[in-house]
Amino acid sequence: MKNLDSVFAAYLIGWGIFFVYYLTVARRSTALRNEIERLKNSLNRSK
Amino acid sequence: MWSRLIGGSAVLALVGGAAYASFYVAPEERTMGLVQRIFYLHAACGLTMFTAFFICFCSNIAYVFWRSAKSDALAVSAAEVGLVFSTVNLVTGPIWAHPAWGIWWTWDARLTSAFVLWLLYIAYLLLRTLIEEPERRALLSALFGIFAFLDVPLVYGSIRWWRTQHPQPVLMGGPGSGLEPTMLKIFFFSIFAMHALMVLLLIDRYGLEKMRGEAEIVRRELEAA
Repeated sequence: MKNLDSVFAAYLIGWGIFFVYYLTVARRSTALRNEIERLKNSLNRSK
Repeated sequence: MWSRLIGGSAVLALVGGAAYASFYVAPEERTMGLVQRIFYLHAACGLTMFTAFFICFCSNIAYVFWRSAKSDALAVSAAEVGLVFSTVNLVTGPIWAHPAWGIWWTWDARLTSAFVLWLLYIAYLLLRTLIEEPERRALLSALFGIFAFLDVPLVYGSIRWWRTQHPQPVLMGGPGSGLEPTMLKIFFFSIFAMHALMVLLLIDRYGLEKMRGEAEIVRRELEAA
């Protein structure tokens, strides 16, 4: 089983990059949703 | 919510299935052995990256002609998702190259043009952070995005036009090229799985960009009030 470590490393790193990216998009979406909510509340208060 | 869950599970099953097929179904390549199995991830990510950058290119052209905020949102989303696939492609390449060639990297035409492509799309995303005014940001980045895409045919053709350390094409590579039928089926399946993952990521990223636009509008209303 020569180079099995290289094959596993490639797949693990590849999937890791996709997973981390998916998490960052989810985190940014949540932060932005909260920000919009906050801005809308401020807008309603100022009216 | 349910459609997202079903879509996400389907994509996960496809990507997992492609990995299973690459590990356990694909026959072992005669000269490179086990390490050749990286090809199914590496090359599929490369082709998916081309698709994402092509979507970005079309959206950039659409923005230049019609100035639609949706085109701009799709362009930046596709550029970012394409950059992720490009990163996986660039990272898995050297992991394959080291056991196969004895070196991690060489500045041949394919590797260099692929690295330049990665840098160009990083520059595209950086450019967007430097311009405050939305219409100006969208137009300048669209023009830069059109220019950046010029490297894609260069990356694609580099192994056809020049002698490179990188292996010669296995699809449409002319006489003597090609894959064993089972390998070819698994390669196509991997390409399909990666494209499904790209669509999933693109939908999420586009949703984020739409929310950004919404936040911008509310912020302006607040400033005006």
